[in-house]
Amino acid sequence: MVTQTLKQLAKFVPSGSRLALPVDYAGVSMAMVGPILESGARDLHLVCVPAGGLQADILIGAGRVRSVETSAMTLGEAGGAPCFSRAVKSGAIKLRDATCPAIHAGLLAAQKGTPFQPIRGLIGSDVLRHRPDWKVIQNPFSDTGDKIVVVPAIIPDVALFHAPLADAHGNVWVGRRKELAAMAYAAKSTIVTAERIVEHDLFGDEDLTAGLIPAIYIDAIAEAPGGARPYGLWGHYATETDALMRYAELAKTEDGFARYLDETYGQAFVA
Amino acid sequence: MNGATNREIMICAIADLLRGSRNIAVGASSPIPAAGAMLLRALAEKEGERPVRISVLGSVRNNFFTNGSAELFDCAAQGRIDAFFLSGGQIDGQGNINLVGVGDYPQTKVRWPGSFGSAFLYYLVPKVILFREDHTPRIFVDKVDFISAPGTSEAETFRKGGPAALMTGKALFHFDKDKARFALQSVHPGHDLVEIEAATGFTFDHDENPPTTPSPDVQTLAMLRGRVVDELSETYPDFADQMRAAA
Repeated sequence: MVTQTLKQLAKFVPSGSRLALPVDYAGVSMAMVGPILESGARDLHLVCVPAGGLQADILIGAGRVRSVETSAMTLGEAGGAPCFSRAVKSGAIKLRDATCPAIHAGLLAAQKGTPFQPIRGLIGSDVLRHRPDWKVIQNPFSDTGDKIVVVPAIIPDVALFHAPLADAHGNVWVGRRKELAAMAYAAKSTIVTAERIVEHDLFGDEDLTAGLIPAIYIDAIAEAPGGARPYGLWGHYATETDALMRYAELAKTEDGFARYLDETYGQAFVA
Repeated sequence: MNGATNREIMICAIADLLRGSRNIAVGASSPIPAAGAMLLRALAEKEGERPVRISVLGSVRNNFFTNGSAELFDCAAQGRIDAFFLSGGQIDGQGNINLVGVGDYPQTKVRWPGSFGSAFLYYLVPKVILFREDHTPRIFVDKVDFISAPGTSEAETFRKGGPAALMTGKALFHFDKDKARFALQSVHPGHDLVEIEAATGFTFDHDENPPTTPSPDVQTLAMLRGRVVDELSETYPDFADQMRAAA
């Protein structure tokens, strides 16, 4: 069946993968950071849906990331993302600065099996100017001048997130956090850590079905209680801001960051 | 009751700017804008006006979305959101905002988080209030280094919204869309025009003797210090405590 260990899940993220990750409040699978570092995966292309934080910053700091597509990168109340900032300054990662709805639009195009999706706004911004992969076209249905931006489909190789509940068949409950479903619909494969995996079929409870991602989209799941910590999981536990602050402080320097990796994952794992 | 603090005056002025808005969205890390929206909601309820709906990013209770983080943008694109708040590491005299960084992109000397939804919402939400409590010439510059979102657009560009006002810790500015320029609307108590000109890196229109930002009446202030601060503490507990301590 689809239930596996965290280490087995990491096999779904080989070097060079385009990896989609959710925003800090929407179920970040922090439990998978260690196994991904351990697997040796590198040259990852991150897609932050629609913004990144601690998870992306650790992968960047450990030298595992080639490019980042995101609308923002932040540790929230704990301030800026230190490894990201260093990598930007040194040019170590390729940046694809976006705006939140452009990332949602790219995923939607992938979900629909269409090559692109039009999106309002953006015209006249430097965000657009630095995205040669985005185009401005004339609205083909308008008789008057109406320019609109089109963004290409974003098809992640793998989407990874942490959910409150899953069943042994691979159905995953995400409730109101539908961006997680959007990620799964768009990605070629989806791996999920869950607070709890139950034996019975979640489709048996009609109240849950509207919030379910059906197993057809899910490749593998693993149980990881507390798997979003130090981030919170909506409806379950709050973000540990102190832990984020401590990371922010340590990761200010490369040595401090190496110490954080060593303390947290038992090894420095810097590529 | 003690007189209103500078923050309380700002919150009340924001509530006033939001008058007439039915659906208000507030982004991340924005306690003062959130408080302004919550005060308007409380006032509208008391005055028997149309109810005000608020969505505060990061809040569970003040959040009317169930379709993930895309829903705010979908609503905004359809004109369902009346007011929103944006800020910037730099904001210039034409209303352009920069949330990306200082220096030459992409290898900026200083990197801020990024543009978030600004490059979309600035075009689509009718009333965008720019808010930045710190008021220094490094923030309010003549020209931003990176345009996350422009203050105005060419006539043929699809644009339903944009900046309406700029609120800082020192003053309130109105944005004149046709002139693409700010005009000083009022100065917060304890500040003056000379100080504001020195702290602002762009030129702006102003009266010779600009008015003072009004302080709230006793009832409004009591509502702010009671119900609004309580509501705020769900998402911003530290900020709510600061408000209570300062009141």
